[in-house]
Amino acid sequence: MSKQYVGVVGAGSFGTVIANILAENAPVLLYARRNEVVDEMRTMKRSGSYLLHQNIHPTNDLEQLAKECQVIFPIVSSSGFRDSISDLSPFLKPYHILIHGTKGLDVDHKAPKPLSRESVRTMSEVIQEESVVVRVGCLAGPNLAKELAEGQPGATVVASHFDEVIQIGQQLLRNPRFQVYGNNDLIGIELCGILKNVIAIASGALSGLGLGENSRALLISRGMVEMIYLGKALGGNVEAFIGLAGVGDLVATCFSKHSRNFTVGYRLAQGETLSEIMQTMEELAEGVNTTKIVKQLADYYDVGAPITRMLYKVLFEDLPVEKALDSLMKISFTEDVGFL
Amino acid sequence: MMRLFSRSKRTISGYEPILPTRKHWPVVQLSRQQDKFVEEVIQSSMERLAEEAPKLEELVDELETTLYRERLRIRQNPWAVDPQDEETFWKKIKNKLVGISVQHTNGNSLHKKQIEQAKEILRDIVSRYAHEISSTFKPSSYRLARNIVTFGFARLLNASRVKGFRSFYSTQYSLRDKINIVGEVELLRELAQKGTIIMVPTHFSNLDSILIGWVIHELGLPPFIYGAGLNLFNIKIFAYFMNSLGAYKVDRRKKNKIYVETLKAYSRQAIRWGCHSLFFPGGTRSRSGKVEDKLKLGLLGTAMEAQRLNYEQSEKKGEEAEKIFIVPVVLNYHFVLEAPSLIRDHLKIEGQERYYVETDEYSTSSKIIKFLFQFFTEGSDISVSFGKPMDLMGNLVDEEGRSLDKHGRKISMREYFCSGGKITRDIQRENEYTRMLGEAILKSYHINNRVFSSHLVAFTAFQMIKQKYPYLDLYNLLRIPEEEQVIEYKEYKQTFGKLREEIFRLHKAGKVDIAPHLKQEVDLVIAHGIDNVGLYHSRRPLLKNKEGNIITNDLNTLFYYHNRMEGYGLEQFFTQPHSRKQFIEE
Repeated sequence: MSKQYVGVVGAGSFGTVIANILAENAPVLLYARRNEVVDEMRTMKRSGSYLLHQNIHPTNDLEQLAKECQVIFPIVSSSGFRDSISDLSPFLKPYHILIHGTKGLDVDHKAPKPLSRESVRTMSEVIQEESVVVRVGCLAGPNLAKELAEGQPGATVVASHFDEVIQIGQQLLRNPRFQVYGNNDLIGIELCGILKNVIAIASGALSGLGLGENSRALLISRGMVEMIYLGKALGGNVEAFIGLAGVGDLVATCFSKHSRNFTVGYRLAQGETLSEIMQTMEELAEGVNTTKIVKQLADYYDVGAPITRMLYKVLFEDLPVEKALDSLMKISFTEDVGFL
Repeated sequence: MMRLFSRSKRTISGYEPILPTRKHWPVVQLSRQQDKFVEEVIQSSMERLAEEAPKLEELVDELETTLYRERLRIRQNPWAVDPQDEETFWKKIKNKLVGISVQHTNGNSLHKKQIEQAKEILRDIVSRYAHEISSTFKPSSYRLARNIVTFGFARLLNASRVKGFRSFYSTQYSLRDKINIVGEVELLRELAQKGTIIMVPTHFSNLDSILIGWVIHELGLPPFIYGAGLNLFNIKIFAYFMNSLGAYKVDRRKKNKIYVETLKAYSRQAIRWGCHSLFFPGGTRSRSGKVEDKLKLGLLGTAMEAQRLNYEQSEKKGEEAEKIFIVPVVLNYHFVLEAPSLIRDHLKIEGQERYYVETDEYSTSSKIIKFLFQFFTEGSDISVSFGKPMDLMGNLVDEEGRSLDKHGRKISMREYFCSGGKITRDIQRENEYTRMLGEAILKSYHINNRVFSSHLVAFTAFQMIKQKYPYLDLYNLLRIPEEEQVIEYKEYKQTFGKLREEIFRLHKAGKVDIAPHLKQEVDLVIAHGIDNVGLYHSRRPLLKNKEGNIITNDLNTLFYYHNRMEGYGLEQFFTQPHSRKQFIEE
């Protein structure tokens, strides 16, 4: 195993951090689409603000990557994910194992509204639609890139229907500072990573309003319930959500002031509109797009999702954050937990 | 009316057999070397069982459980086909087991001698099961049986259709006019010469296996082997056909691990010997009348394993591996003889998988002959739709048997079993592959299901009745008096027309198939449907009254035929404008 190269597609911050973790156990081919990025990585031995491990070899040749690596980690934004896999697809074989680390949804733009699950895909489903690869998995969990890069202790979940994929993921990623759990509920774990981004924006908004920990605790616990209802409607199981990739990741993201999702919420609460925020943010937070899609799915499947619905109004219908919070606080819930 | 819809034009010309002489048939090879084959089955199941219960204590537990269950079955649920020596066999096993168990309960780990004894007992049981399952294929009986079916059916058909004294010897109509074979037949014939076929039909009626057997011959394919429920051997006429067609016996009462493993080993080895096989992956007949939406994966899993073993073996021998192809088949009838009892069972157990008593509706040879006569003397079509052949991963294959991805690029099937460049055995992986294959088969059923007029008239009528009682659940709805159910024809026709449009739309989008008769003028299609739906039931599910309105004599069977159209989202045409649950936040 150790002589074999492991592939990483996408040299963004999370992709680079994962490549660095992998490089402790195996030589890594790190793919970036743009030549100048590859050149820079080769000459400067760094990608963005992160230094590259000496075991990492930058490349922009997908064919070579597929040839050298049996295990590939695609870690690109959800908007570019389908194209990336479709570019890689001609070189992929049935023996390949793909473990992605992208937390977003893929939408068929020609699909009728409101969107149903028919036209919304998770990344593992995109891989299977675009390629012959069936041994697919995903990475999820509280993986704040900055902390991992600093070598702080952390953990992740490798989810797959295949035990083989989980075991290989564990062998490749595990080190004394990094724990790796396995889970068989692939869709559930993917949904955890996706749905928590919505709640993370809301958490940023609470912070922007200058509210304290009681309110955040309320948000996290109600957000958790909402994630579970939505997750069940979209094909996941409850168990996934109470693990590291669910509650663990939710807590980490809701408290992280560095995440893009948190920042969007924070600035909304400070009175900026989404379009103003978009003008000054290099990359849009995944959670914004996710909110738009998940709101429609909640409509289609008749799922009670008050936080998502209210956030949708704030993001796309200019509802002031204070008013949204006001409405949420007026909901008279009768039960705390009703899904177990 | 009948002539209008009958399809006298032959769509398929006669097929030459793909293997000219019977001695080349894999099933004949297998029966010639039956001892060798059964020994392989025993060996293979012993190995697998040893893997599953590696510790001797586990093996003894397994043997004790099996003994207990078998004795219970003999006492509580004996069948006429059961062998005479059952009692004595299991008594012997019991006596042998007692010796080992005494040691076992003393808490000492077992000695080598005991291990050998336990293995010997296991071998006795496996060997008994393997012989019990094993078929007795006789080419001469096969030919005779097939001739009876073809000649007999054709004579009946002509006697009924072509009037007059000489009609009995007329050849104006053949079984072909009755049974429409559609789909990827040429490709199937090609592939049957290049690899091993696993045919997986939907299952509605006990007639299915006879029908499929006839179709297989008609297409020039050698006989397939298939597992037939032992209960069918209770009925003499079936027992005759089954034995002669290469059926192996499946006893659904025996659910113990040793039996199941032996059965799987039988199937796995037969596939590896190149025998084309037939599974009904739905398990039993569909009791609800719905096209299968869940499959039993046990036997499909044996195909997956056989494929991997073929690759392993071929590598050792340095020759090309025998490839296995899956061919889904959808059978469509206007009627199912057993419908009333099937739907009764279904309603009784509400879809739960439990022990059920085989009903007596269809249990004697004379009843079946009477039914067959009726079937051929009255007009009712059957269609057998072959779906696109696939490899074991659900990929489509070309005429050379090569697997293709969605973009038409060639895939190496072997590589699905590889890790690190080598073929590896990973049972969990193969189970997951089998689950995926099951999904691909269900998808194929769904799109190859041929909508008949009878399905659609039943669906429309049942949904219209249901709409009248929005507050009743299914069980209460089925209890409302039938005589009160009258649907005004004009309204019925309008709804039917709307649904048919939707079916046409789905057909165009490649999501369902349609019978040609569905395209006729709408009044004719409705009349055709009503004439044919549940044609042979004493209480007809749909009729027209004197005023020309639609009535029902049996809501249960109407529900049964209605279920055939489930899963296409047609229900939405009947519900009130979507009443979204009111959430408190809104």
